[in-house]
Amino acid sequence: MKPSRFWPWFTLLLGASYFIIPLIATFEFSLRMRRGYYSFDAYLSVFSDPRFQATFGYSVVIGIFAIIVGVLIVVPAVYFVRLRLPWLRPFVEFLTLLPLIIPAIVLVYGYIRLYNSSSLIPFTGSALGTDVLLVFAYVTLALPYMYRAVDTGMRTIDVQTLTEAAQIMGANSATIIARVILPNVLVAVLSGAFLTFAIVIGEFTIASLLNRPAFGPYLQNIGANRAYEPAALAIISFIITWGAMGMINLLARFAPRTSARTD
Amino acid sequence: MAAEFLRVEKLTKRFGNNTVVHGVDFAFAKGEFISLLGPSGCGKTTILRMIAGFETPTSGSIEVEGQDITHLKPNQRQLGMVFQAYALFPNLNVGDNIGFGLKIAGMGREERRARTDEMLRLIGLPGFEKRFPYEMSGGQQQRVALARAIAPRPRMLLLDEPLSALDAKIRVSLREEIRAIQLDLGITTVFVTHDQEEALSISDRIVVMNAGHIEQLGAPHEVYNKPATRFVATFVGTLNTIEASVASAANHQVTIDGQTVALPSLPSGAVDGSAISLTLRPEVLSVGNRPGNDIVLAGTVADVTFLGSVIRLRVALGQNTLSLDTFNDQRTAPPTRGEPVTISLASKDLLILGE
Repeated sequence: MKPSRFWPWFTLLLGASYFIIPLIATFEFSLRMRRGYYSFDAYLSVFSDPRFQATFGYSVVIGIFAIIVGVLIVVPAVYFVRLRLPWLRPFVEFLTLLPLIIPAIVLVYGYIRLYNSSSLIPFTGSALGTDVLLVFAYVTLALPYMYRAVDTGMRTIDVQTLTEAAQIMGANSATIIARVILPNVLVAVLSGAFLTFAIVIGEFTIASLLNRPAFGPYLQNIGANRAYEPAALAIISFIITWGAMGMINLLARFAPRTSARTD
Repeated sequence: MAAEFLRVEKLTKRFGNNTVVHGVDFAFAKGEFISLLGPSGCGKTTILRMIAGFETPTSGSIEVEGQDITHLKPNQRQLGMVFQAYALFPNLNVGDNIGFGLKIAGMGREERRARTDEMLRLIGLPGFEKRFPYEMSGGQQQRVALARAIAPRPRMLLLDEPLSALDAKIRVSLREEIRAIQLDLGITTVFVTHDQEEALSISDRIVVMNAGHIEQLGAPHEVYNKPATRFVATFVGTLNTIEASVASAANHQVTIDGQTVALPSLPSGAVDGSAISLTLRPEVLSVGNRPGNDIVLAGTVADVTFLGSVIRLRVALGQNTLSLDTFNDQRTAPPTRGEPVTISLASKDLLILGE
């Protein structure tokens, strides 16, 4: 007997509606700024706000630096742990999960205590220093995602044999990472990069407590003082996040393919 | 003997308390094709990896052209290597894979392209430079891996079971191709394999290994025809063992399944009535009483396997069962199971083996 498809569909639609209905409602509300008509006035208001442009631009730049620093730390770390210190993997995996367990507010208070203007490394003593601290904070926050993305990418290639093949042809470790390992896990690295970007764009706690003009605090500020713009911003944030996720799926198609044919 | 090109002295490797290579010594001349042959875990791959620089010896030394390379990094040894799993870089096309070592060495683009083309012609894949590894068969990928290994003109070529991942038919053709290229270039090659047929067919000399020791080192025909130990005799080729009892130690007579035969010699310590084992290759046995054979035994056909040009017989002699091959004669029917059969051999072909 063919099993009924009703319940699977029902469960799926119930789950989907949990996410979709509030989103549709938010979108519908964001179009109501002009009384009696649907319009994109709220969106026009948001895009024409110089604070939107400034904070969004700031978060994009911070996000890009967080991605660069993250890649420079995570790729060699995952590579050397897989190659030379495989026994350390469970410990590193646990370590990279900590940012998910430790609340951002705890993290940022720790930073402020450690790096305040009267400490040995006074990151918060200047705007630039605080920006650097914010980048490092975002690297930490995105570590679970970046680490897992890169680790999964490295699992798909034979890191040890490829390393040995490059070594015997004269390549040193830096060359191997740059020309062999990184290109073969680039799609995974970019997945991690887009996840980092998605996190950075909407992050509020750390940016707010470090008093930086980021997009997250701007969203909060608008939400507290306006009616329709917050709804428009929520939709814009969703589109950015989904765009980042869509890019991850798109990039997966371009991953270098391996073949273990025997013919 | 020609000047030594590769010299390995007292090479030992321990992983924790486990010694996988026990003070191995050997030396080879330039241009030789050497096979390290042995079962899994015998230490052959560990020796190759120590030569490559991927493992550090616990003690001992490795010299190439008189230079001690024991503690050099792999990228300082100027060696080429082909791996079992091809290990082509998935992100690079064939041309870039072959040119990888040349680029590292700082060779210019034009020179690199010329050398890549030369390598592609050598492996019979001209015009394949734009293809990616996943677009090629396993045999083609391994040929590209070979071209990549020899493109930078290494001092020596290391082959780590390069045929093991391939189908049987491709394996045979590729091993012949590897040997032809090796002879053409005259490059000293160390080949690791657990397949005795591969080692016998393409090597100048074979190092037979067992449990981290060298059991025998010699030319393929020496290893096969004059195995130094029982392990070599059983691992390289097929070996028949006949359990016999000494009828007269003084006259070198033994009894096999109630039939008394005279041997040229007996193992030391054999006394009347003692049990001894005689070993012999299947091909020294003939069906019928062949001229020149001085031992004739009567038995029964226990099994017949028809293999086309060859018929493999198993002949029972009491408790003993001997295996032998005979050519298929289209004019006569093959023997049948249970049929009485006479077999003969020359006593000089019996192998007296040490443990």
